[in-house]
Amino acid sequence: MAEPLLSVKDLSSGYGDFQALFGVSLELQENAILGLVGANGAGKSTLFKAILGLLPRARDMVNFRGKPIGNVKTEDLSRLGIVMVPEGRKLFRSLSVEENLQLAAEYGRKGEWTPDRVFELFPILGQRRRQAATSLSGGQQQMVAIGRALVANPDVILFDEISLGLAPIVVNDVYAAMPQINASGISAIVVEQDVDRVRKLSHSLVCLNEGRVVLSGPSQDFTKAQLTAAYFGE
Amino acid sequence: MTQGALPLSIRGLHKSFGALVVAEDISFDVEENSALGIIGPNGAGKTTLFNLIAGAMSPGSGKINSFGKDIGSMDARRRCLGGIARSFQVPQPFSGMTAFENVLIAAAFGRGLNEHAARKFAIEAIDRTGLGGSSNRLAGSMTLLDRKRLELARALATGPRLLLLDEIAGGLTEAECRDLVSLIKEIRDQGMTIIWIEHVLHALLAVVDRVMVLDFGKVIAQGAPDEIMKDPQVAAVYLGPDSEELEMING
Repeated sequence: MAEPLLSVKDLSSGYGDFQALFGVSLELQENAILGLVGANGAGKSTLFKAILGLLPRARDMVNFRGKPIGNVKTEDLSRLGIVMVPEGRKLFRSLSVEENLQLAAEYGRKGEWTPDRVFELFPILGQRRRQAATSLSGGQQQMVAIGRALVANPDVILFDEISLGLAPIVVNDVYAAMPQINASGISAIVVEQDVDRVRKLSHSLVCLNEGRVVLSGPSQDFTKAQLTAAYFGE
Repeated sequence: MTQGALPLSIRGLHKSFGALVVAEDISFDVEENSALGIIGPNGAGKTTLFNLIAGAMSPGSGKINSFGKDIGSMDARRRCLGGIARSFQVPQPFSGMTAFENVLIAAAFGRGLNEHAARKFAIEAIDRTGLGGSSNRLAGSMTLLDRKRLELARALATGPRLLLLDEIAGGLTEAECRDLVSLIKEIRDQGMTIIWIEHVLHALLAVVDRVMVLDFGKVIAQGAPDEIMKDPQVAAVYLGPDSEELEMING
């Protein structure tokens, strides 16, 4: 197999004295979607934070295009090509929808994803482009958070709870857009609670339980029942 | 029971932000000990409606009555003292305080008690929501599931008779969702009146006895859950074709 785009090797991390991840390893291939599943508290968001350097990890535990990124500052990762859609959206409150997107575009890389293309994906944001981002509904804020990741034209997007707060019809739109996003050269690690949905979307799956990888492999190899059982370490 | 004593009775409610109308001529009643589900597209005005009921926003016009009182011009705290509590879509705890301290503040301010008197209500809400094991954790370091439970505990600690839940099931695994649903059912069965905004339809439909659908600030449908789920207009604006949610509900 080709060299992975992003690889995590034997990663352990946590908060102060509390260890939340124990020797987690995974590989994200170029142009692939990896589904990351597990119960709340399993370590999914912690893993994302550790990949981004928001939590401590040793220098060579995270590699991007074959090189360790342990010394790269979090704020420089978007230019390198790694961004996250955080759970809770975390938009800039005083900026408009368009300004939130422009700021992300400025700190990211140039490419085919622009604010206008995001407005094509989520037409409602185009209509609200001058409004303060936080005056939008929760679901619309989630659309801005997804758009903000796209306009950085990254190689990898870490989606933490991709469909949180979105109406079913919009979830359908987001999932329908994923192959298009993927085809534009963006790989993704997707945290999603709808196991069936993420199993169909992703090429490979990793299941975490209590900070450890309990199952990983090609998505087609697993049934929903196997995954659900793995959530609880059965 | 007279209409005036209903947990909630809304007539002709209207709210706009400039040219954007977020609530247009909304009227509905909520009976004692019933559970109403609210669904609708993103930006339909669902959370705005909660803001209007809970007093975080004032209506442009219209009447909001709760338990026989006109509460339309009351501030949020007085509405809370009158028995209305809410949870927030993105949990809003004081992240530098422990779970217990967060709930204690809710019990004290929501019931108008001093710290000592509020303590037993805080303990009760923590126990009821299964947060006992994490009550001394800082709220900012809790998992999403526990922060959702904390939202519920804070609302319950205020001693509500009408509980407003805003997307409390989002981001939970199926098993966690099942636990939450049984907890909410238990709360309902103990006599609480509930209004619940939720996109996780299989969770919502396991609890509510009526569903109201909002779109662009207007009520476009309301009725029994199975009728609403079959409504073509609801499918068009909210569920979309081939909804996986619907497949899940229908098995």
